[in-house]
Amino acid sequence: MATVDSKIPQGPLADKWTNYKNNIRLVNPANKRKIDVIIVGTGLAGGSAAATLAELGYNVKAFCYQDSPRRAHSIAAQGGINAAKNYQGDGDSVYRLFYDTIKGGDYRSREANVYRLAEVSANIIDQCVAQGVPFARDYGGLLDNRSFGGVLVSRTFYAKGQTGQQLLLGAYSAMNRQIAKGKITMYNRHEMLDVVVVDGKARGIIARNLITGEIERHSAHAVVIASGGYGNVFFLSTNAMGSNATAAWKIHKRGAYFANPCYTQIHPTCIPVHGDQQSKLTLMSESLRNDGRIWVPKKLEDAKAVREGKLSPTDIAEEDRDYYLERRYPSFGNLVPRDVASRAAKERCDAGFGIINNSTNEGVFLDFSSAIERYGKEQAHIHGIHNPSKEKIIQLGEEVVASKYGNLFDMYQQITDDNPYKTPMKIYPAVHYTMGGIWVDYNLMTTVPGLYAIGEANFSDHGANRLGASALMQGLADGYFVLPYTIGDYLADDIRTGPIPTDTPEFDAAEKNVTDSIERLINNNGKHSVDYFHKKLGLIMWNKVGMARNAKGLSEAIHEIAELREQFWKEVKVPGTANEFNQELEKAGRVADFLELGELFARDALERNESCGGHYREEYQTEEGEAKRDDENYTYVAAWEYTGKPSEAILHKEDLKFENVELKTRSYK
Amino acid sequence: MNLTLKIWRQKNADAKGGMETYKVENISPDSSFLEMLDILNDQLINEGKEPVAFDHDCREGICGMCSLQINGQPHGPGRGITTCQLHMRKFRDGDTIYIEPFRAKAFPVIKDLVVDRTSFDRIQHAGGYISVNTSGNTQDANAIPIEKHNADKAFDAATCIGCGACVAACKNASAMLFTSAKVSQFALLPQGRVEATERVLNMVKQMDLEGFGNCSNTGACELECPKGISLENIARMNREYLKASVK
Amino acid sequence: MSGIIKSSIARKVSMGLSALFLLIFLLQHLIVNFSSVLSAEMFNEFSHFMGTNPLVQFVLQPILIFGVVFHFVMGFILEIRNNRARDVKYVQYKGSANSSWMSRNMIYSGIVILAFLGLHFYDFWFPEIGYKYIHFLPEDPNRYYGELVEKFHDPIRVILYCLAFVFLALHLLHGFSSSFQSVGFNNKYSPAVHKTGKVYAILIPLGFVFIALFHYFNSL
Repeated sequence: MATVDSKIPQGPLADKWTNYKNNIRLVNPANKRKIDVIIVGTGLAGGSAAATLAELGYNVKAFCYQDSPRRAHSIAAQGGINAAKNYQGDGDSVYRLFYDTIKGGDYRSREANVYRLAEVSANIIDQCVAQGVPFARDYGGLLDNRSFGGVLVSRTFYAKGQTGQQLLLGAYSAMNRQIAKGKITMYNRHEMLDVVVVDGKARGIIARNLITGEIERHSAHAVVIASGGYGNVFFLSTNAMGSNATAAWKIHKRGAYFANPCYTQIHPTCIPVHGDQQSKLTLMSESLRNDGRIWVPKKLEDAKAVREGKLSPTDIAEEDRDYYLERRYPSFGNLVPRDVASRAAKERCDAGFGIINNSTNEGVFLDFSSAIERYGKEQAHIHGIHNPSKEKIIQLGEEVVASKYGNLFDMYQQITDDNPYKTPMKIYPAVHYTMGGIWVDYNLMTTVPGLYAIGEANFSDHGANRLGASALMQGLADGYFVLPYTIGDYLADDIRTGPIPTDTPEFDAAEKNVTDSIERLINNNGKHSVDYFHKKLGLIMWNKVGMARNAKGLSEAIHEIAELREQFWKEVKVPGTANEFNQELEKAGRVADFLELGELFARDALERNESCGGHYREEYQTEEGEAKRDDENYTYVAAWEYTGKPSEAILHKEDLKFENVELKTRSYK
Repeated sequence: MNLTLKIWRQKNADAKGGMETYKVENISPDSSFLEMLDILNDQLINEGKEPVAFDHDCREGICGMCSLQINGQPHGPGRGITTCQLHMRKFRDGDTIYIEPFRAKAFPVIKDLVVDRTSFDRIQHAGGYISVNTSGNTQDANAIPIEKHNADKAFDAATCIGCGACVAACKNASAMLFTSAKVSQFALLPQGRVEATERVLNMVKQMDLEGFGNCSNTGACELECPKGISLENIARMNREYLKASVK
Repeated sequence: MSGIIKSSIARKVSMGLSALFLLIFLLQHLIVNFSSVLSAEMFNEFSHFMGTNPLVQFVLQPILIFGVVFHFVMGFILEIRNNRARDVKYVQYKGSANSSWMSRNMIYSGIVILAFLGLHFYDFWFPEIGYKYIHFLPEDPNRYYGELVEKFHDPIRVILYCLAFVFLALHLLHGFSSSFQSVGFNNKYSPAVHKTGKVYAILIPLGFVFIALFHYFNSL
């Protein structure tokens, strides 16, 4: 029976990783050639792990559902990647990055993991530059940095607004080199549908070839899950349409514990929902909050008039605007962390001040007029224009804003058809990232031996809230620098095992499990499309397990999701056959898993009777409406063991010990 | 909005395809083009018909998965956008819209509007990388300063999303813009110069093997590229190739 | 030759180089012809030199012929290959949205030019070769102007001649800057090349058309 032993090495925090590396077992190069590793998912974590393991000599089989590894959703990350390089000489250090990450995660992450992450962060930048990743540079030819929310130093490396793309293409190029050498066998348009456990160890997967529909057996000495997060359980999110939790959920059902599913990051600046036909939400970079001011009308009647289109926001007088972040958090203002900004927007909209003309009215203004005026005056001064006209100031100011955020403004205009230079942007929080995920120990191994989870798929480093520019860091750290060491220690036992056969009862059973559920979906002949159920699930999640949660709503959600799941299996309609390219069938399988995961998600949220980071329980707030942690009772990782029904999962607690930082209340007042 | 859609339907790679006509109604002008297709598919499923297969994923213009030829243009009308960033307000009520897969011999159709673009991957396998191990034991990231001008140009080339619009737009189905973007990115960086010769020869060889056409400088690729990758990269690749050939 | 056929970029560069060579030739040809407008003697002098100088006759002329033939043959090869690169055609293809008519129809403007070359060879080159190398007629340094003028008496020929140069203009409008791009020339001077190309593509054919019309109207 698996236990939740985090296997954190002994010794002082700063020496743990070094000592660990010095004491693990190694596999000699000749033996590595005899060992196969399966990697599911080829984003930053999976792609970098595949490349590195192949370089080391293992035979890697990599799987992705897209038509190429280059399309993984890591590609959509905009802002940047943190690293404790201290190139700016502003006092950054490994310890500071560690501390900021622990604090940003609201003291719900593991010290040793986070420290290791901060330690290897600098290497990531060296590695990426060597690979030809074109980071932004200054005129001296050296790397440039920007600063991000929640920290006091400039440690974020970036490539315009496409950092994730450049890093992913870097990992993809490293993979390509190994694919060309035959060390990685790439399975594009393949979806993992089950893991095969032999004698208690993960020894392979069952995958579906999405083009032919063929069910394939693949064996290996270890299996790595790098399939990303589960934000799409909300239907509408900033995740890609295909992002799914199936690989993670299937291994959970085979014995891997699922940790902290309720920790979800809701990003405050996304383009609001425009209507029922919407399929996905678009993020507007956090950097906009540097110059944009967030507000709603002060008067309910003004909000109503705005919604009805009778009043333009630009006609609302300054004194009739409620800059609620500046009002509530004078010291951080519009730059409070993501979770705080999101909740504040929800609070205003719930109170009736929302400004969007749709069924929910959920939206607030992000206004650049002050910035335009400020920059305009500054420019007029620089250019020696005395007594500039208002038009001139605005023109000059708009030029500055365009140079800073032009591409984002264009994107906004493209989607909404509004000109954000002239009228304030409309924004609202949206699901963006999931901190929770498969429970892993210090080795990144799940509770099933030989089964690993890396990147967003695991729960490890961000606690209850992730800081900006840390997701890319974690994905690459896991894949390039952590897993390649830790997996070797495990595989050292397998040098004499030889190839794993696939004609065994375990593979038979797993394959049958997969084909049975596919058959069931195809032959169901119900009356509703898959999206019908996915949208319903999304609504339950958003309304009852979203930004603010309470015991009553969560209990209802658990019940409603279970009912919806039952209805799904009775009434879902999947056209076509199993033996062909069938996108509806793919979706159906994923939504079936979300319908189980959602229930566990709600259960976890109900169990955690405190507010921390992205998890906000209305019952647990301070008098001013801020999140109230309960360190005495909830300083633990909730690792859930599957028993058959998600809401009846067994809770295992991994106590979090903080030996190097002091637990404090986060305040942004 | 009410629209008539003429869509290429093809059961699988070996089947013979053809255009079919569909009607969709009550489409919001704020919907994206792909959301309009979602609605069509929901309609088809409810009628007991097979939905239209099309590739899409991030729906924010960066993954490069979406790939539709709309009214004879890759990613439809409009510059600098992918299909998923195209909104229905670009069309008029009552319009007839032609939707076809990206066409090239090197992009065979898998089903309906879905094409196989692994030829692009194989071009990258041939040399789209710098041969450095991911050990982390490389030199410090700031050890070699890189002129900002070159770093910016390398970045511009590196923003290619590999969607294939360049091939789809080109009357010759040439993949020169795609290939040259990667060749350029590395040719402009000191880290990439070391194996520049091998890279350009190998990547071009693979590009030719895949059956893409020849570039005749019509410039269609540059205009249709969602990321605005410049023809300058093709010229640079031509130079790199010449240099490599005489070496 | 097989190497040039094998690599797309080598084909492209060789196409561009032969084009650049032909661009220079065209300019030279125009200058010689234009002298016929200015004075018959000058034209005769130029022509006599070109027609009898061994370097021109036995070195440059074969190179030119090779360049012309190469450019045409390669043009056809590329067209066939490019057609094959898209085996299933679009039902709707809106090339006008992203490229000029000229750039998409180089093969057609090229074919018209080829047809014109046929006429041109028939009119001038074959008689010339026959005169000099088959019948070995005695050289008369003053015969050229008369031969030239005579050809432009026929209005049909003049119309065909002018029409062909319209197509040459179309061909050059894309071809001039395209040949620079093909050989890898794309930098801060490229906008100037583009502009020069436009001027060249219009002025050169216009010059030839002017010469034809000049002699035609003179003959009336």
